[in-house]
Amino acid sequence: MVGVTEQQVRRWLAAVPDPEIPVLSITDLGIVRDVSVSGGVTVGLAPTYSGCPATEAIEASVIRALREKGVDDIRIERRLSPPWTTDWITEEGRARLREYGIAPPSQATGKHGLLHADRPAACPRCGATATTRVSEFGSTPCKAAYRCDDCLEPFEYFKCL
Amino acid sequence: MNTTDALLAYVLRLGDTALVTGQRMIERVTGEPELEEELANANFALDYVGQARLFYAYAGELEGEGRGEDDFAYLRDSQAFRNLLIAEQPNGHFGDCIVRQFLFESFYVLQLEALAACGDRRLADIAARGVKEIRYHLRHATQWLVRLGDGTEESHRRVAGSLERYWRYTAEFFDGDDVDDVMRDAFGGPDLASLEPRWRETVAGGLREAMLSVPEDEAAQTGSRRGLHTEHLGYLVAEMQHLHRAHPGARW
Ligand SMILES: [Zn+2]
Repeated sequence: MVGVTEQQVRRWLAAVPDPEIPVLSITDLGIVRDVSVSGGVTVGLAPTYSGCPATEAIEASVIRALREKGVDDIRIERRLSPPWTTDWITEEGRARLREYGIAPPSQATGKHGLLHADRPAACPRCGATATTRVSEFGSTPCKAAYRCDDCLEPFEYFKCL
Repeated sequence: MNTTDALLAYVLRLGDTALVTGQRMIERVTGEPELEEELANANFALDYVGQARLFYAYAGELEGEGRGEDDFAYLRDSQAFRNLLIAEQPNGHFGDCIVRQFLFESFYVLQLEALAACGDRRLADIAARGVKEIRYHLRHATQWLVRLGDGTEESHRRVAGSLERYWRYTAEFFDGDDVDDVMRDAFGGPDLASLEPRWRETVAGGLREAMLSVPEDEAAQTGSRRGLHTEHLGYLVAEMQHLHRAHPGARW
């Protein structure tokens, strides 16, 4: 296939959902690190965690999405460095998380101490800032379970990493 | 010892310690005292097994003989493993697991931080990725250590016992050999002599918060760098490798 541009590939990748949080695309999540279209299509992906069980599923869905667009020569490369951080989740991604009911990571990483975890800025449903942590570990490694002290609804918080 | 051999040996030690630590956590799946800990433990195990895969994949490339992650994990005998002794100790009770993680991860964070700045790019990248995970684990272990140590009389008594039980395996962290020397001198890797006081400081701080005292240094047990393990490793490796050896070459 000739004439594929980097922008086109990036647009296609923006439609590939993250398997664990399908409201986010892999570009919203910030794991698409680079795209090259010289001599086949090469996509550099950053794994979110060393043992992220979704890594292989994401690679397979990238290949599937590009094949559907007629790209045959595809290479996926894992980019460990610099390590992925929740700081790379885009503004659109954060807005989409809130709409979906997940509080986005609240601060730049590296600011919390040995004993204190970061916490959500506000309840994604009503916007109240008083919240209580129910469990530091939620349905996926990256999320914690919280309850809003105001509307009392449970919600998930995407932890800073 | 030439530098490539030393690097390979070092990366395999890291892989073995990560895998054996992950395997001990896997043994605890469904055995945690509450659901939150169930999720934490399973997630931490995933981090360790994921790190082991990265180390083993790199080791295979350094070795250049076509071995991959599964070959290192499942097709070596326990005598070939070079994981730290503390990793292979049986799980015991919940407080034992917390104390072991606290002692080891206080060291592992420092080791990975040093490696993230080392001259071997690939190892530095793996370490930079991994240290973010282990810092998080260490926070969890420290929180629990404080809850148990500064908890009831019974919980204090039990974690004080855990501390006595695992302390003897910590001297080994700093008992370097020629592989560690090459890593430090040729690759700018961790300088164990300078890590030790920092480790002691971290550990003393956590123990103080948990109302526990730092144990005496006596009867240190070492030897994993030479393949001298405690009796527990053989059973762990046999169980871990059973499925792969029963179905050679099986794939998901
Ligand atoms: Zn609310």
